[in-house]
Amino acid sequence: MRYLPLNDADRAAMCAKIGVAAIDDLFVDVPAEARLTGPIEGLPPHATELAVERHMAALARRNLSAGDAPFFLGAGAYRHHIPASVDHLIQRGEFLTAYTPYQPEIAQGTLQMLFEFQTQVARLFGCDVANASMYDGSTACWEAISMARRITKRGRVQLSGGLHPHYVSVAQTMARFTGDVLDVAAPDLSAANDSEALIAAIDERTSCVVVQYPDILGRIGDLAALAVAAHAKGALLVAVVTEPVALGAIRSPGEMGADIVVGEGQAIGVGLQFGGPYLGLFATRKEYVRQMPGRLCGQTVDAEGRRGFVLTLSTREQHIRREKATSNICTNSGLCALAFSIHMSLLGEQGLRALALQNHALATAAADRLAQVPGVRVVNDHYFNEFTIELPTESRGVVRTLADRGILAGVPLGKLYPGHAALANGLVVAVTETTTAQDVEQLAVALAEVLS
Amino acid sequence: MSLNPTGWRPELSPELTGAESGGQPTFTGNRALMLEEPLLFEIGSITTTGVDFPAIDPSAANRLGGLERAGPIGLPGLSEPETVRHYTRLSRQNYGIDLGAFPLGSCTMKHNPRLNEKVARLPGFADLHPLAPVSTVQGALAVIHQLGEWLKTLTGMPGVAMSPKAGAHGELCGLLAIRAALEARGDARAVVLVPTSAHGTNPATAAFCGYAVEEIPATAEGRADLAALQARLESDVAAVMITNPNTCGLFERDLGRIGELAHAAGAFLYCDGANFNAIVGRVRPGDLGVDAMHINLHKTFSTPHGGGGPGSGPVVFSEALAPFAPLPVIERDGQGYHLVEEETAGDHHASSFGRMVAFHGQMGMFTRALTYILSHGADGLAQVSGDAVLNANYILRSLEDVLDAPFAASGPCMHEALFSDKGFGEGLTTLDLAKSLIDEGYHPMTMYFPLVVHGAMLVEPTETESKPALDQLIGALRHLAERARAGDATMKQAPFFAPRRRLDETLAARKPVLVWEG
Repeated sequence: MRYLPLNDADRAAMCAKIGVAAIDDLFVDVPAEARLTGPIEGLPPHATELAVERHMAALARRNLSAGDAPFFLGAGAYRHHIPASVDHLIQRGEFLTAYTPYQPEIAQGTLQMLFEFQTQVARLFGCDVANASMYDGSTACWEAISMARRITKRGRVQLSGGLHPHYVSVAQTMARFTGDVLDVAAPDLSAANDSEALIAAIDERTSCVVVQYPDILGRIGDLAALAVAAHAKGALLVAVVTEPVALGAIRSPGEMGADIVVGEGQAIGVGLQFGGPYLGLFATRKEYVRQMPGRLCGQTVDAEGRRGFVLTLSTREQHIRREKATSNICTNSGLCALAFSIHMSLLGEQGLRALALQNHALATAAADRLAQVPGVRVVNDHYFNEFTIELPTESRGVVRTLADRGILAGVPLGKLYPGHAALANGLVVAVTETTTAQDVEQLAVALAEVLS
Repeated sequence: MSLNPTGWRPELSPELTGAESGGQPTFTGNRALMLEEPLLFEIGSITTTGVDFPAIDPSAANRLGGLERAGPIGLPGLSEPETVRHYTRLSRQNYGIDLGAFPLGSCTMKHNPRLNEKVARLPGFADLHPLAPVSTVQGALAVIHQLGEWLKTLTGMPGVAMSPKAGAHGELCGLLAIRAALEARGDARAVVLVPTSAHGTNPATAAFCGYAVEEIPATAEGRADLAALQARLESDVAAVMITNPNTCGLFERDLGRIGELAHAAGAFLYCDGANFNAIVGRVRPGDLGVDAMHINLHKTFSTPHGGGGPGSGPVVFSEALAPFAPLPVIERDGQGYHLVEEETAGDHHASSFGRMVAFHGQMGMFTRALTYILSHGADGLAQVSGDAVLNANYILRSLEDVLDAPFAASGPCMHEALFSDKGFGEGLTTLDLAKSLIDEGYHPMTMYFPLVVHGAMLVEPTETESKPALDQLIGALRHLAERARAGDATMKQAPFFAPRRRLDETLAARKPVLVWEG
């Protein structure tokens, strides 16, 4: 078997050294009645590399990949072009096959990269500090709510209707067990977001207000007034960014007063991957650093006075604090953080701005084209690379019909908000640098045909 | 063309022997292939980019709502050659499995097959949107479904949740299901029992779910104390969390009995499956009364650790807990695969405790793990656990004369061998041996864990080490053990040859510098 270096002579010699007749004798502590005597039933026997590759490739061919179709899906996962060097570099064995950097003397590569990543994320979000990553945006969002509870000692949370419904679901699942009270609303199919209602709802029991920026419908709203209102009542403002490329064009949540900024970093370097692994981003103010969840990398010196990096402030973490830890998180999303950091280094500020402007220009052109389709209304006044259109009929059926024609048309709000009749005709359309004018034209023509 | 056809060979000049020349400082601070690398922020600039963009149509509309970025962000860029060099140079300051044995106990640092990487990158898997119409992702759903079915087969458990993102997230999933099941029968319970040898994530997870944590002591032979456990199993206990094989490297012989006692007391049995690599294909935890167990795909099923993730922690469930498993659930019928989410959960998943993550879990890890299982098959997986246990026992029996092995008499170890610092010379510790092992060209073993052994050293070789590689590792450990017993104080200075000497962790924590402010 190609991944097992021992041969039978090795095994016999090693058994002799140990003092057993056979490997099976090493399993004497497993109760005899539970021990399996032959190969486990229900699995095939081992297979060659070629056979396995053929099998998996056949499964892959049963999917319509985004690159093979006009593609307009977003709603929390975005398709961007990833430079070839990113994937090459993350496959360096020293990155790919390393562990969490518990032995800093031989993990400076990972640690320095994490230090650079933390700095990139903090700057992008307009915050003082960022951690070394979380599982994904949705779990980072819940961790931010937990952190706000620890800081404010309050348990009431105002969730904007513009927050991704999966993120809301995750928070609702966890809040069932922690006792946090969540005020939740669904969005309206209108250009205005629910900032005013959120401001009115903040009171002395509020631990935090959670808003997505841009929100689930693609709308962009100024966060400054929300931050002021939250702070006036002693509450925190948590901003959620699911499309970090947007921050190449629009102001960061941190500079508008957000106290904790979390996000999904998948759009930069990681790819779609059918939903995972993704990359949770987490940044905040310096004064809250000891309440942060997750790994933190910090700068220090070695015994010869040379600069080096270590995991630090670990007294917040489960392997030291056990049941008193700020979170139970252990593994982060290290390799995805590396991919993000490499892609961001390639872009740099200039590239990120150019990428963002290109996305915005293509999105506005696409919105204008789709607005010409009879019966289609563009909901948003303002957006980055994603906007919502309203169709004269339920969008889920339209999307299925278009999928049968080989067009991946967007995310129907009926799928995200089942049971909300007022949203059923909404369709969230994302346009990135990977979308061509021909793709948009194909969508517009097909949409017109399906709707007529 | 052959090299140097003249036959001339360079000779070392007599005055140039290693010691004198090696001590010379270099202009760059580099030492040949040991290359120093500045921070991105010291070499990049905000006017450099390694990506080309088409010109933007100046007449393009602006619909950013007046929220355009005003000032600089402070993100330096590099050209592509500079980027490749920066990260390649950084990579060389890391140790990985590809370089040598990585005997980090309880972490299962086995070889990461490259076929897995290739398969995960097929556009038919990697370039799929999680919200794409299900008719366009039948192959992807088939992968998740098939992997889930085989995890159920391998564990003998009837339910599975695929969405947890890592081991600790899987623990959370298991405990949330337990809490939901208890609430469903109107039986609020407050306590989770955890052995003292447990991973730190166990008590942290239990606390995260709102439970009080109480510890169960270990016996002198390194197993959970059954009598103490039985005495504490009252009606306020929600669950017992046990790692099996445990972190002392031993199989919990009484696990079946622990399950019976827990069930009789109305509690559930949670098994931490971090160490499943030792028993895969040899015993099914479901046959020992386990109600929930997470499986770290990045351990047993060879998905790469990536310098700290991403992981993946599917959870298998007993009949009693399966109805409470989180959404989404992937089901198959005559028409194909379906995603059961909030909308359709009411039909026959009404007891689900809800959603733990956006989307469906770590697809990129599922393709790798399924590829791994297909490669090994039923026969190969049993050989995996057999060889992993054989390698660990070979290390245990090859070192027990020079390193204290506190549980050497407790029977064969499983996938990892546990040693202590007993017998080391004055002032020398486990840390000193570990740092000296770095100089020998290895990643150290797990140190100071489990907490039940003084100066613990937990060595997990995995099945992907050859006998010559193990013999060399054993030789290095013997050499260091003998130096430690002899009180060799130079070990306190190690490592000498790594990219960095020992780092000041106290300074890092006292004056945290977490971002570049240069």
